[in-house]
Amino acid sequence: MIETRNFRVLRNIVLTLLTLWVAIPLYVVVSTSVKPLADVSGVFEWIPRSFTLAPYIDIWSTVPLAEYFKNSLIVAVSATFFSVIVAVLAAYSISRLAFKGKRAFSLIVLSTQMFPGIMFLLPLFLIYTQIRNVTGIQLQGSYLGLIITFMTFTLPFAIWMLTGYFASIPIELEEAAMIDGTGRMGALIRVVLPVAKPGIIAVAVYSFIAAWGEVLFASVLSNESTKTLSLGLKDYASQTDVFWNQLMAASVVVSLPVLIGFILVQKHLVAGLAAGSVK
Amino acid sequence: MSRSVIDSTPAATDSSVSAPETRIPLPPRRRRRRSPLAYWLILPAVLLELLVHLIPMVLGVWIAFISLNQLTLTNWVNAPFVGLQNFMNGLDPNSSIGQAFFATIGRTLLYTVLVVGFSWTLGMAAAVFLNSKFRGRALLRTFFLVPYALPAYVGTIAWAFMFNNRDGAINQVLVDTMGLFDGDRPFWLLGDNAFGAMVIVNVWQLWPFAFLMLMAALQNVPNDVYEAAALDGASLWQQFRTITLPMVQPANGVLLLVMSLWTFNQFNVPFVLFGATSPESATLISPLIYQNSFGSWNFGLGGAMSVLLLLVLLVASAFYIRMVLPKGKNND
Repeated sequence: MIETRNFRVLRNIVLTLLTLWVAIPLYVVVSTSVKPLADVSGVFEWIPRSFTLAPYIDIWSTVPLAEYFKNSLIVAVSATFFSVIVAVLAAYSISRLAFKGKRAFSLIVLSTQMFPGIMFLLPLFLIYTQIRNVTGIQLQGSYLGLIITFMTFTLPFAIWMLTGYFASIPIELEEAAMIDGTGRMGALIRVVLPVAKPGIIAVAVYSFIAAWGEVLFASVLSNESTKTLSLGLKDYASQTDVFWNQLMAASVVVSLPVLIGFILVQKHLVAGLAAGSVK
Repeated sequence: MSRSVIDSTPAATDSSVSAPETRIPLPPRRRRRRSPLAYWLILPAVLLELLVHLIPMVLGVWIAFISLNQLTLTNWVNAPFVGLQNFMNGLDPNSSIGQAFFATIGRTLLYTVLVVGFSWTLGMAAAVFLNSKFRGRALLRTFFLVPYALPAYVGTIAWAFMFNNRDGAINQVLVDTMGLFDGDRPFWLLGDNAFGAMVIVNVWQLWPFAFLMLMAALQNVPNDVYEAAALDGASLWQQFRTITLPMVQPANGVLLLVMSLWTFNQFNVPFVLFGATSPESATLISPLIYQNSFGSWNFGLGGAMSVLLLLVLLVASAFYIRMVLPKGKNND
């Protein structure tokens, strides 16, 4: 819009309010995480009276945070890795090859993300128990079950976004490579993937954030030894006597990996989302 | 490697020009051939979708017609078929369970309208004002996206602490600083207050998504349209209504629908805020099904509710697909 004086005044007011709205909860988390326990129980103080890093150390023994961290890392990294591979193959097929049932496949993939997780939860649990009864493969309570579940839930969006990305890459690049004797798969790996790197990174970050924050399926498909960070901290937060300063320190620690990742690839994610949604 | 490929591109183009009878140069997308490779490439995705989405969906419908409880759970294949009994029991508007179900649907709809409405308004405001150039714009843009990038449960835990009756920041401001409620410290996460608290938490997490999408859409609006309107004496509000809104309309439809479905299906926020059982004023449909299935072990009832939900969402997702997947020859 045209920048009249009114526009600028209004802009400053609105953006200040929005900044406060976003910042206050974040400030509460960070400021609480550096307070000693005595200063946290009782009326909330906006300016910490004393500063300590002890909550960042104590939380590791209050809850088995290292164990949760390990579980979440294994599950989220594997789910991201495999989800990206599966999505790249499917998206390449959709954007470059002709096949019967392509529209049906795209339709089904797209529509599944519209349904609530709760609808799949119990049936999935039953299927995993049945698979164990028949084959002995343990999917309920194991990393494998969590990884398969999480990677599939990010798949629709990943395929959709990558299909758009691949479609925007000129097909002549691959054709040139194939004329030089490279096969379809060679062209995909050596030509398309390097060009589509920003899109792939954005999809990977999206999948990682989704797996890192998942609670619903983790609550039924994990057990004590595979419990993820999200579930572990959620369970701790709902206890009656919570050391809020330590919980806030844990929140900072678990948020940093995804926040840093997000800020690094933010531009790609924004561009990718825009390309997929605005068309 | 890729450099040498790019270098060879002109040569390839030349060869296709010099031998027009072997190849039709235009349009390039018509040159696809059907091959089994296409199926091999989508196979992993198909298998995963079958295992995690499609078979569970079918099984979910089946569950609504069998008697499934704690005893029959591990041997569910042999659970007895009970026909429509789960639907009759659970969805009878005269029974307490049925009343709770229909009240929950209504409450979830209201919740969706409020959360999506507020999120859209905040997102639009931020997108419009960040679309103008000023110092610190890029920084603010990244900052506004933080609630969206944060793990969802972290944002909710932060709010749960702020809403805490005794130690929370909100009662500190409202009761201690502003002197409201005659010194009584309200319980924000219990009773009737819980609904509003949950709306606030959800808006905080969702509005950056609206901002992100609307910001992308606004970038396609050329600035000289506004200049022309301003010359004609259009006020800021008129410019917004007659230029900005119509220009973002295509993106808006998808955005509103996606946000509505996410909010209607919301589970994480109440689950982290209240635990497995929400206060009645704040019970949404997904947590209600969860409570019926995993709280009272009445899986058939949860299944029957899921099936009804499925029917509603099928209609909604048909709309969504029509907006997202353009009908065209390119889609086969």
